[in-house]
Amino acid sequence: MTELVSDIPVENLQAYSQEFLLDLYEQMVRIREFEEGVKYLFLKGSMPGTIHQCQGQEATAVGVCAALQKDDFITSTFRGHGHALAKGLTMEEMLNELYGSTAGCCEGKGGSMHMGNMAKGMIPAIAIVGGGIPMASGMALAFKMKKTSQVVACFFGDGATSEGAFHEGITLAAIWNLPAIFVCENNLYGASTRVDKITQLEKLSDHSCSYGIRGETLDGNDVLGVYEAAARAVDECRSGCGPVLLELLTYRRTGHSRRDACHYQASEEKDFWFKRDPIELLGRALMELDGIDAPQLEDIRDRIVEEFDQLAEAAKNLPEPDMQELTTDVFA
Amino acid sequence: MAVGQTTKRLSIAESLREAITEEMRRDKSVFCIGEDIGVPGGWGGAFTVTLGLEEEFSDRLLDTPIAELGFFGAAIGAAMMGMRPIADVQYGDFLFLPMDQIVNNAAKMCYMSGGAVKVPLVMRAPIGATGRGSQHAQSMERYFIGVPGLKVVAVSNAYDAKGILKAAVRDDNPVLMFEHKLLYGSKGARAESGAVDATSEIPDEDYAVALDKAKVNREGSQVTILGWLLMHHYAMHAAETLAEEGIDAEVIDVRSLSPFDYETIGESVKKTGRVVIVEEGPITGGVSAELAAGIMERFGESMLAPVKRVASPDVPVPFSPVLENAYRPDPPRIVEAVKNIIQY
Repeated sequence: MTELVSDIPVENLQAYSQEFLLDLYEQMVRIREFEEGVKYLFLKGSMPGTIHQCQGQEATAVGVCAALQKDDFITSTFRGHGHALAKGLTMEEMLNELYGSTAGCCEGKGGSMHMGNMAKGMIPAIAIVGGGIPMASGMALAFKMKKTSQVVACFFGDGATSEGAFHEGITLAAIWNLPAIFVCENNLYGASTRVDKITQLEKLSDHSCSYGIRGETLDGNDVLGVYEAAARAVDECRSGCGPVLLELLTYRRTGHSRRDACHYQASEEKDFWFKRDPIELLGRALMELDGIDAPQLEDIRDRIVEEFDQLAEAAKNLPEPDMQELTTDVFA
Repeated sequence: MAVGQTTKRLSIAESLREAITEEMRRDKSVFCIGEDIGVPGGWGGAFTVTLGLEEEFSDRLLDTPIAELGFFGAAIGAAMMGMRPIADVQYGDFLFLPMDQIVNNAAKMCYMSGGAVKVPLVMRAPIGATGRGSQHAQSMERYFIGVPGLKVVAVSNAYDAKGILKAAVRDDNPVLMFEHKLLYGSKGARAESGAVDATSEIPDEDYAVALDKAKVNREGSQVTILGWLLMHHYAMHAAETLAEEGIDAEVIDVRSLSPFDYETIGESVKKTGRVVIVEEGPITGGVSAELAAGIMERFGESMLAPVKRVASPDVPVPFSPVLENAYRPDPPRIVEAVKNIIQY
């Protein structure tokens, strides 16, 4: 059984500067408050479209992206707001996108499930489950052929491991030794279907044996553990020993999509995971360090919430796109 | 072609091979990805197009496992990172496997990114009925012409094949290029029974052919016959038969299936007032249906007769040679269709 921590030992923090640790904390809080703010705007009727949120899964996005350089790339999914923020997209460009404005990261043409910013190393997310996996292999192929030292981290969920695209995409990366990190965020559910119903495997990382690559399952709510595993995988990829399959065990604190009340999640299971909230885990450990206290962490949250509210108000009041935008950018 | 320019006669397989070679020499970001395309001592793909290229380009002919969804997706990802891949399926019928990647990813990426991403990807597919049974015989252009963001072309001769492939490689958008198994002119063990001569004089100089243009290959005044791939060749044969009977047909190779070249087609239609569209593939829901509707909308006032389509019956491709021949439209059926509307 993979060990799931109930506390991050403060010794684990010693290798890192407070600045680095506080940055990880702030990034996770930003994701949480962004998602909570968006959820509220949505339920209020202010925001159009649909949302698939990642509250509870902040450590996977932040931990992996912290191990990447700006010119490394990620691929993401319909549940991609956390990946986008962790890779460096701003709340502003994402809120603008969610309101369908041309000031959005995809000029209002993509929406929630297609967040991306090429300059920040994120291709527009792929909303078809598993669809981004072969693409990630192709991106890594380009890096290898062009002889850059870039790597790609490919995010997907437990549900995606059933798709043919998972098999084919990882096969290609494996046979060509491509610099790709395949990151499976196993939050125990593919939509409402529990993971033990879709596989006989105890660990999804055991799929790595089918491809002859290294696979590892770890606690996806321990952001430092995730960071370290990702950094190891990035090193391997940059030195030509990729790809790697990482399975990060985590949990969704919110519905699959809007208006999902999660009646299919057992209450003991929810209790267990909510007690292991990734932000609280790091927060408790941080407060054992000299010079960091609860008000300071609260302050981080308050600043982010205030910034969110301002940006949301501004986004809501942006002008609608011009009708001519309907037919632009079909072709390059 | 300029006077004094040297040329050589090449088949489609040979001219495609030249195009690929020249583009890979010109631009290091061009590479090929597909099954059995670069195996040393191998076939150069199922229709010999990449035969021998692995000697010069072993690092840029990527042989893949049998994983079309995977390697088309990979080609898309590589294109988004600045490479210029040429991905091929061994038979067009296999395009249905990477359909999600082509339609949901390649075609939509530029639009849904607000123009931030381009996908300079070429995809190649051999099509047509050739005695191999229903799953290696289809003409599947119809499924791709209605995909916004995807360009679709079809090459009927060696000159166009080379020029259009070059244009496709140089284009920054996904281009799906259909070729016909009976037109490759492959030799030896890979020769196809029933093959039609699609060779052309190929100039030594570099040239490209526009992706979005149809071509008038026979001028005429009484009827416009539109076709592509093998059917264009049959239309040309039919025009000779019609000429002997005093009917003057203008024959156009449609070449660009998405978008259609309504400028060239329109000039012809306004001149003749009569249109026959010939297509290999079931008559229902084919490319001809879209082309017919488009012609009527734009040039309806010039029409002297309703648009006539010659296509296959609505059946999967049968194996038995007699039945397969009945499935495939042929010059006599085109002649009959023209005669049907010439007196309208």
